[in-house]
Order: sequence, then C-alpha cells, then structure tokens
Amino acid sequence: MFEFLTSKFGELFYKLRNKGKLSPGDLDAALREIKLALLEADVNFKVVKEFLENTRQKALGQNILESLSPSQQVIKIVNEEIINILGSGSSEVSFSGRPPTIFMLAGLQGTGKTTAAVKLANFIRNKYQRKVSVIAADIYRPAAAVQLANLANQCSIDFYTEDNLNPVEISVRGVEHFRKNSSDAVVIDTAGRLHIDTEMMEELKNLKKEVMPHQLYLVLDSMTGQEAVNIAIRFNSSIEFDGIILSKLDSDTRGGAALSINHVVKKPIKFISTGEKVDEFEFFHPERIASRILGMGDVLTLIEKAEKIIDQKKAKEIEQKIMKNQLNFIDFIDQLKSIKKMGSIEKIFSMLPIKNRNKLFTNVNLGDAQFDKIEAIINSMTEQEKLKPHIIDGSRKKRIAAGSGTTAGDVNRLLKQFEMTKQMLKKFSKYGEKGFPLPF
Amino acid sequence: MQKLIKNISLIWNKFKKTDDYFWEEIEEQLILGDVSIETAQEIINNVKKYSLAENISDLEVIKDFLKKQIIFILSDNASKSITFSNLPPNVWLIVGVNGVGKTSTIAKLANYFKKQGKSIILTAADTYRAAAYEQINHFAEVLNIPVVHHQQFSDPGAVVYDSIEKAAVKQIDLILIDTAGRMHTSYNLMEELKKIKRVIFKKLNREPDEILMILDSTTGQNARIQVSSFHESLNLSGIILTKTDGTSKGGMILTIKNEFKIPIKFITDGEGLDDIEAFNPEKFTRMLFE
Repeated sequence: MFEFLTSKFGELFYKLRNKGKLSPGDLDAALREIKLALLEADVNFKVVKEFLENTRQKALGQNILESLSPSQQVIKIVNEEIINILGSGSSEVSFSGRPPTIFMLAGLQGTGKTTAAVKLANFIRNKYQRKVSVIAADIYRPAAAVQLANLANQCSIDFYTEDNLNPVEISVRGVEHFRKNSSDAVVIDTAGRLHIDTEMMEELKNLKKEVMPHQLYLVLDSMTGQEAVNIAIRFNSSIEFDGIILSKLDSDTRGGAALSINHVVKKPIKFISTGEKVDEFEFFHPERIASRILGMGDVLTLIEKAEKIIDQKKAKEIEQKIMKNQLNFIDFIDQLKSIKKMGSIEKIFSMLPIKNRNKLFTNVNLGDAQFDKIEAIINSMTEQEKLKPHIIDGSRKKRIAAGSGTTAGDVNRLLKQFEMTKQMLKKFSKYGEKGFPLPF
Repeated sequence: MQKLIKNISLIWNKFKKTDDYFWEEIEEQLILGDVSIETAQEIINNVKKYSLAENISDLEVIKDFLKKQIIFILSDNASKSITFSNLPPNVWLIVGVNGVGKTSTIAKLANYFKKQGKSIILTAADTYRAAAYEQINHFAEVLNIPVVHHQQFSDPGAVVYDSIEKAAVKQIDLILIDTAGRMHTSYNLMEELKKIKRVIFKKLNREPDEILMILDSTTGQNARIQVSSFHESLNLSGIILTKTDGTSKGGMILTIKNEFKIPIKFITDGEGLDDIEAFNPEKFTRMLFE
C-alpha cells in the first residue's frame, strides 16, 4: 500500500547512504526530495511544510553536518517524524461496564462504512470472544440495510433494523434489542454524508447525542486526496469522533491521508481495512507503517501473521531443509497452503523489504488462480517426483501437464520457479537469526 | 466543488508577478486541489513563459491565460463526445474501484437518456457485493426500467450475455452494465472485466460502445494509477467524475486528462437522479475560479 513512498525513500536513502558527509546543500536536496515524495503521496501540503520544517530544525539542532554518519542521522530524524505524525496508534478495545458497548461509524459516501461495520464486529468478536451485533441506521441509500444484513448473515452476526423509523429511533431500539439479547457490543452503521451537508451533519450530531456511543469512528478512504484533512476537521468539529478507520488499503494508494490526518485533528487511526474479505481488518500500527514507508518493509505484521498460522515444529524442519537445499514439492505445497491462509501473495510481498517491488509485480502474477494451478500440477506428480523434482524429464512433464489440465510450459515454469524460490529462501535463511537485513 | 485557486488576486497583491513566490503560491494552490506536481509545474511554466515573453503585468490577463491552459487540457475534439451507434443496442460498460458511485451514476445516466426518449435496460453484473442487485433494482423501479440479473456470485459474463440478447429482442437503444467495484491492483478481478468485454465483442461483433470509468473527485494521486490500470486493461472511452458537490477540487482530473487524453464525458454533483450533466470544460474551469 505504501509502495510508492517506500520506493521513493528507498532511492533517496540509497543516495544518502553512499555519502560520508552531508553538505548543507545535500540536506536541502534531501528535504526537497522528501517534499516531492510526500506530496505525490497525498500528504496534505500544510502537513508537509510542517514536517520539513521539523526535520530541518532537528537536523540542524543535532549538528548533523559534523556528525560521523550524517546520512543515518537524517534517516533517523525522518523516521521519528513520520512516527510522530502517525500518532500513537492503538491495540486494545475497551468494553463498557454496562453492555452493550456501542460503536458508531460515520463518513462520506462510498468510503466503506457498511463493510467496515461488519469487519469491526467480526474482529471484536473473534479477538475478545464477545457477542457483537450490528445495526443499520442508513435509511437513505437504497439497499444499504440489505447489504449490511447479508454481510452480517454471512459471518453469523446478529443484525437489526426497522422500516419507517428515523436513524435515532432505529439505533435506540436496536441498542435496547441487543441489550436484551445480551450482546456485549453493537456496531451502528450510519448513512454516508458530505461534511458540508449541514442538515445531514445535524442529524449525525443528534444521533450521537441520543445514542451516546462509547466509540465513534470516522471511516476514511485511504485513497482520499488533499481534502482528507478538511473532511476530518469538519466531521470532528461537529461530532468529535474518537478515532479513524482507514479503508481500502489493499489499493496501491500512497497512504498520505494516514500521514496527515491524525496530525491535524489529533485523533488516532484505530483500524485499517486491507481487503474485501471480512477478516482483512486489523489494528493500526504506526511504527510498522513508518518502517514500511522508509523501505524497511512491514516485517513485524508478517511475522505476527505467520506465527498465527505456521506450526513451529514444522517451521524448524523446513528451515533445516532450506539450509541444506533439500526442499521438495511436498514441503512446497504445505508452504503454499500456509501462505494462502495468510492472504494474497501480493500482500505478503508488500510487507517484505524488497527493492524494486513494483518491477517485480509487473512481471509476476500471483493470484489465487495461479495457486490453484500450481496445486493441480503438484498433485499430478508421483510421490517420487515430489520428493526429487530433478527426475522430472520431458515425458514426465507431458504426463503431469495432461494430469493437471495444464501445459508442459506451465510445468516448466513451476519447476523453474521452484528452483528460484529455493535459492531465494536459502539467501533469506542466512539472515535467520539477525532478522531481515535493513536497507541501511 | 470549490474553487481550485482561491484568492488569486490576494496572492497577486501579496507578491509581484516577477516574484517567484507568486508562482509558488499558485503551484501550492494547484497541488492542494490534487493536481499532480508535474502537471502543476507544466501549467505554471506555460503561463510563466507566456507572461514573461509578452511582458504582461496585468493580473486579469495572466488569470485568463491560466484558465485557457486548463480549458485546453480538459477539452476534446467533437469526435470524442457521446455518439449512438446506428446498430442498437448500444452497450455501455461502467467500471471503477469500490465506492466511487457506479450504481448511482448508472441510475443518473438511465434517467438522463430516458428523458431523451431512449429505451434502456440495466444489467446487474455486480454479482459480488451484498445487495448490489437490490440497490440497482431500487433505481430501476423508480425509473421504470427493466433490470437483467442473475443470482449472487454467478458469472457476470453470463448476465451481460443475457442482457444483450434480451435487448436485441426488445429493440432496446441502450444497455448500461453495472460491474462490481474492484481494486485496480487485483489481477483476477481485472481479468474478469476483460472477459466481460470479450463477451460483449462476441455477442455484438464490435467493442462496447462506451467503456466508462467512474472516478470519485475526492480521490488524490492514486486516481492516476487507477485510470492507468483500467485503461491498460480495457482501453477506456471516457471518464465520469462523481461527487463534485463535495469540497474536493477534482484537480486530479487535470493530471489524468493531461496524461492519458481520455475524454471526460459526464460529471455528477448530488444525490438526486437529475444531478448529472455532460462535461463542459469551460464551465468546469469557471467553477474552479469563481
């Protein structure tokens, strides 16, 4: 998601790294490049200005020009500033003493509120083992309630709405209804509205007053441009929200909204939504995203995901095999299956500190369909072939292709990919104990 | 939609024209309106060159030239406006990322052309999003226009095929195909759109008459990548800019037009079915300044 920023900073720091000492001119040039990178990433102009000024002050204040490794100093300062702007993040949800704890969502049209409502409910339920239900208080958009009902139904979450009532009545009755059915929390989905629509903002204000949510979140599309800041300011001044849910982070948006918004309204980004699937929803971690922006990848998130899925004992075995270059197709398919559980390959790659990631992606298409193909090919191999891929010759390739409904070319490609993966993994595993190499 | 360039006179009074600060301020205004840095610089360089060459010191003349630059970027020749094939049904494919307003825009288009006396059917080819059919069906009932739909999660290509067949029988003028919102980064979903396009070609023996991408004017620089990906996959015939009733300036449309030369065909600016009009570069630019 932050690929662009990441690669820009990567370039910049690459240049800086190769210099022993920075001249004042270098600092200016570096700041200019940072400015361009941030602006192209939709960071608000005013925030960029402040960011640059802070960075410059700190750089000068620390006598950077005379320090031993000035480039690392600049990098450190930029990193700190980005984390500073991104705010402190969050990793806990607190529950009210008198259930249900009420969460309410608001935002512009099309930011993904309805999807976020179900994702949030699902997230809280799974993480805290609580009963969470949803209420549809959007009476304007055609079929909004049906959409929420369907989504809720798909993941067995209780749903409430009622026709011919206003949003306040629906919400109040909904909360009462779920209090009786002993829900620990409810999530209220509201209609999308423009921040300059006084009538609709008034409605929202009133809704907040009557329902008194424990947490009120603004759902913000991460692809929003310079106006993100003004949208947040307007919503905050009329309903003072508690935090932000940043949606659609599965796009390749440069994510500048995240960088500027809580800096301006002083409200934390609480959650991020990273895909169409219900469970693609997580807490927001500023350090992780900052490190991602700086080209260090989001290894932390990846490790956390992997830990949830990968069997430790098996992982040790695989590691040994990788070191000894004995990886075979049986391990490979096991690994593919665990990877699939972690999300799309693109997402996983985006978390790794790989140079030229964008280039890599234009050359490789790795969607679920590709996975299925690979699985089919491997399943058409004999046990011998899976264990000793090198024995696969021309006629075996033909047989495998026929068995898996693919072509000999596909089989060839897979064998080649497998060889490459083995090499790559071997390289990675060398860093095993020290963790991934940082780019600087 | 608000002014792209605020207080140009104020900026003018603050800095002399020869002063670089004047141009920097203008650049800042453009960037705050989501125009990309490159496009902003290109526009400013042109205006600057012109004003220096002609030794112009009158703000009104400079302003005028700035406007002309923007109008020039946004304009097309007449051949790129909406045309109806004389081999009905006309088939329009409507695409875009999630949440930009595809379904609402389709309802507005249907209303727009219904008023011009065209017969229309809607194709509910968003078989993915929960309640997508219910939403489009609601509009169809209001407008009294038929919708062709299949079950949720069915093959969108099949619905499209079906709708073209039905339209041919009933001698319908225009088919508006609503597709599921998809991230341009999703390889599989972009392939699905290509497939829909192939289905139309097979059935119609020509490409869709329009492939229109819906763009939310609130979007920032990511709009460029969105358009680039959709254009590469589908060869877009036009863009519809939505939600211009917000406070975003929609400046990214300048960058997109400048770079991809894809015509902007309509803009929408409200929740009502009538809140749509053909894109007019002069009017749009005037709105940016006044």
